Amino acid sequence: MARIVVDPITRIEGHLRIEAVVENGVITDAFSSGTMVRGIEKILLGRDPRDAWAFTERVCGVCTTVHALASVRTVEDALGISVPKNAELIRNLMFCAQYVQDHVVHFYHLHALDWVDIVQVLSADPKETSKIARSISRWPKSSPKYFADVQKRIKTFVDSGQLGIFANGYWGHPAYKLPPEVNLLAVAHYLEALEWQKEVVKIHAILGGKNPHPNYLVGGVPLSINTEEVNALNTERLNHINKLIGDAIVFVEQVYLPDLLAVAGFYKDWASIGGGLSNYLAYGDLPTASYNQPESFKLPRGAILDRNLSEVHEVNGRDQNEIREYITHSWYEYEGGNNKSLHPWEGETKFNFTGPNPPFEHLNVEEKYSWLKTPRWKDHAMEVGPLARMLVAYASGRTEVQDVVNDALGRLNVPVAALFSTLGRTAARGLETQLVAHWMKEFYDDLIANIKSGNTSTFNDSKWDPDTWPETAEGVGMTEAPRGALAHWIRIKDKKIENYQLVVPSTWNASPRDAKNQRSAYEQSLIGTPVNNEDQPLEIIRTIHSFDPCIACAVHLYDPDGKHIHQVQFNQRGL
Amino acid sequence: MMKSETYKEAFERAGIPRREFLKFCTYTAALLGIEASGLSKVVHAMETKPRPPVIWLHFQECTCCSESFIRASHPIVADIILDTISLDYTETLQAAAGHQAEKCLQDTMKNYYGKYILLVEGSVPVKDGGIYCTIGGRTALDILNETAEGAAAVIAWGSCASNGCVQSAKPNPTGATPVHKIINKPVINVPGCPPIADVMAAVVTHILIFDKIPELDGQGRPKEFYSRRVHDTCYRRPYYDAGLFVESWDDEKARKGYCLYKMGCRGPVTYNACSVTKWNEGTSYPIQSGHGCLGCSENSFWDNGPFYQHLASFPGFGIETTADDIGTVIGVGALAGVAAHAITTNIRKRKLIKENMEESSEENHKVEGGEE
Repeated sequence: MARIVVDPITRIEGHLRIEAVVENGVITDAFSSGTMVRGIEKILLGRDPRDAWAFTERVCGVCTTVHALASVRTVEDALGISVPKNAELIRNLMFCAQYVQDHVVHFYHLHALDWVDIVQVLSADPKETSKIARSISRWPKSSPKYFADVQKRIKTFVDSGQLGIFANGYWGHPAYKLPPEVNLLAVAHYLEALEWQKEVVKIHAILGGKNPHPNYLVGGVPLSINTEEVNALNTERLNHINKLIGDAIVFVEQVYLPDLLAVAGFYKDWASIGGGLSNYLAYGDLPTASYNQPESFKLPRGAILDRNLSEVHEVNGRDQNEIREYITHSWYEYEGGNNKSLHPWEGETKFNFTGPNPPFEHLNVEEKYSWLKTPRWKDHAMEVGPLARMLVAYASGRTEVQDVVNDALGRLNVPVAALFSTLGRTAARGLETQLVAHWMKEFYDDLIANIKSGNTSTFNDSKWDPDTWPETAEGVGMTEAPRGALAHWIRIKDKKIENYQLVVPSTWNASPRDAKNQRSAYEQSLIGTPVNNEDQPLEIIRTIHSFDPCIACAVHLYDPDGKHIHQVQFNQRGL
Repeated sequence: MMKSETYKEAFERAGIPRREFLKFCTYTAALLGIEASGLSKVVHAMETKPRPPVIWLHFQECTCCSESFIRASHPIVADIILDTISLDYTETLQAAAGHQAEKCLQDTMKNYYGKYILLVEGSVPVKDGGIYCTIGGRTALDILNETAEGAAAVIAWGSCASNGCVQSAKPNPTGATPVHKIINKPVINVPGCPPIADVMAAVVTHILIFDKIPELDGQGRPKEFYSRRVHDTCYRRPYYDAGLFVESWDDEKARKGYCLYKMGCRGPVTYNACSVTKWNEGTSYPIQSGHGCLGCSENSFWDNGPFYQHLASFPGFGIETTADDIGTVIGVGALAGVAAHAITTNIRKRKLIKENMEESSEENHKVEGGEE
């Protein structure tokens, strides 16, 4: 038996540590720990609720925008504000642009090197790569000369002796199965995707002024529409957005998806590894009517239990019996005891770091071992993310989603059950990207149609002035971050934030055990995973990366009463 | 400053014969899986100038700086990491994980002691002994101190590393601290939440192209990008000077793109390149897209809110004045402050502005209702 520690887990957002127990080449137990905390929720207390989006947006710069969106919705929900249709559409466009950029970057820059052996590129035949590329896609950059140039560039890089970001990778590991030619194709597209991803986010720059971290506004969007003015969202700016959407659709359909399916074809064994939990949760998003009509969402809301795709359960963020958080194994304490759970509106947190004091070798997994709390839906551990969204949509009878999913399953010649796996998670992300890219175009067309009909309003100022607010109010704002279900809860008192709580996707997935010792998604998904070489935990990072971890999001702190923060004394260097 | 010693020079300095150097190259080549035919290239590469080794540390951050960096358009990031620098450690992009990743860090610190560039993203929590951020079981504090020791230059990316940013906002629960307050070395601060992609690329390439660090202001910021107020370079500045302001979101004045000063814009007290360099390959910047500047590159900007309350006043200094001369002045206050400030800053247009201010304060705020 061996205890493997992977810390840091790289190619993710944030600071994540995995400890896994390996027996006879298979993982028998696993522990996931978020090792960084900032305390954003505590910082929000007493501030203007209209400012909260900017603070919470800084929870994460990888899935930038999603916390801002959840935040403005939370405040709007609390104050009873409905935003104009244009604002809803502009928010949708920003949402879609975020998904497309984030998912593509995840696939190529955060996940691909788990499947693609870059050293193998050197022995590829560029002519063969070209043949493969042309057989799977119409993407024009596919000549033998093009791939020969990429290969030459990689060779020059390797020959320099400075491997930079590729140093000490698990190159040559027997779990790498792609032929050299497919490795070359993937590396060429790694570089192309790196250059392309900066384009689609220009949609954020146009609509929100910058990316990362574009601007949002409670009550609508800050940008005005004026097709007779250079200083507003005008025809030129709209054309620019339209061009970027068109390019995004082409890149996703001609590069990302063909690559995904080509690579997946060599790793079908991973369709039965890494499944983990059997429960899936999605809050849904992309309203086609309004946010207050969840039935109009392109991505539906719901929960699936025991992988039963014939039933979708309703989800209600306001119901105090549904979403609750535990801290049994988290470095916090609750007034009511270590085994209690709390609904976010009632959330309380106080740091309770119980060690081990750094520098440490192993976490004390019998006690507390993470800065992440442990959320549960009706006491069930739930997986969230693209797979959960696709499954909820599939099970809800959304034909757009069913068609795309069935088509991919057919092409890979695998059953629906293959979705419940590491490979399924990675595939679901790609299929979702294709759908979202096309929906982005639909929302753009809707925006044009709405403007054309004479409706240019982007802001509802009926409740902008805090003097119009009730003395107290509470709200919940739900969305889907690229990594899964995201919601913020707020309580407003005397025009200030009295209480603010975030329950974010990677908290669902990466959290430690709950009071009943149920594992969350990361930990459960690692059970049964083969580990070929304990010194090179490639298989662990494959499954963990399939969730697209975002740990800065996952860790937060809330201390409603400014309670004493537990002091930990130990020897330290430096300050 | 960045003329890093090649392996060959290092061997010569240590008095090791060329035969041994070639053996070292052979061994290295074998480690990299390069066939014998490729060996001559390895020898050549090691005899010529290596790409400067770079370590990128991640602490209390949201990774927006890394995300911004990969948005760079000139040069594009692939060219930077393949041709310009050797990005030996960055948790966001590197292939290796766990102890293999840590080995990358240790190897660069050892092999390039005194020669590597250290980039830091994120603040460092110093409260309670630094338990609020650990990597590989060690505190961020410990890792920063160790890594900074052998760094030839230290760049603090973004507001987190430069001034603490959001996690250092009151009450700063974890003792989030910027890099320059921890290490005993000069730090190039590149603030912003995040900094502009092409500014980040320019700061790194400035060092490499001109073989020197850029000139810095008193806050350690490159003057090249942080010596102008957003306000003074803003394309909406003429509306400010004329006293034409947005009064309410999406009102007629917003639709004409008037000045956002009354909506809380921090452009007048923010030193950054946003209105000149702009964001995302010059596509836009916050004010151009209708929202005021949040002042995200300034110290303590999170505690200078609420964001939608406008600045009470700021000194009537000329546009040639830098932050070093006047310091950062921020405050919020009542509407009267707008007039007071406007008058002091623009005596010549005093009468015009006064008339405009009176006119605009008499107007009812336009109500832009929703669909419902």
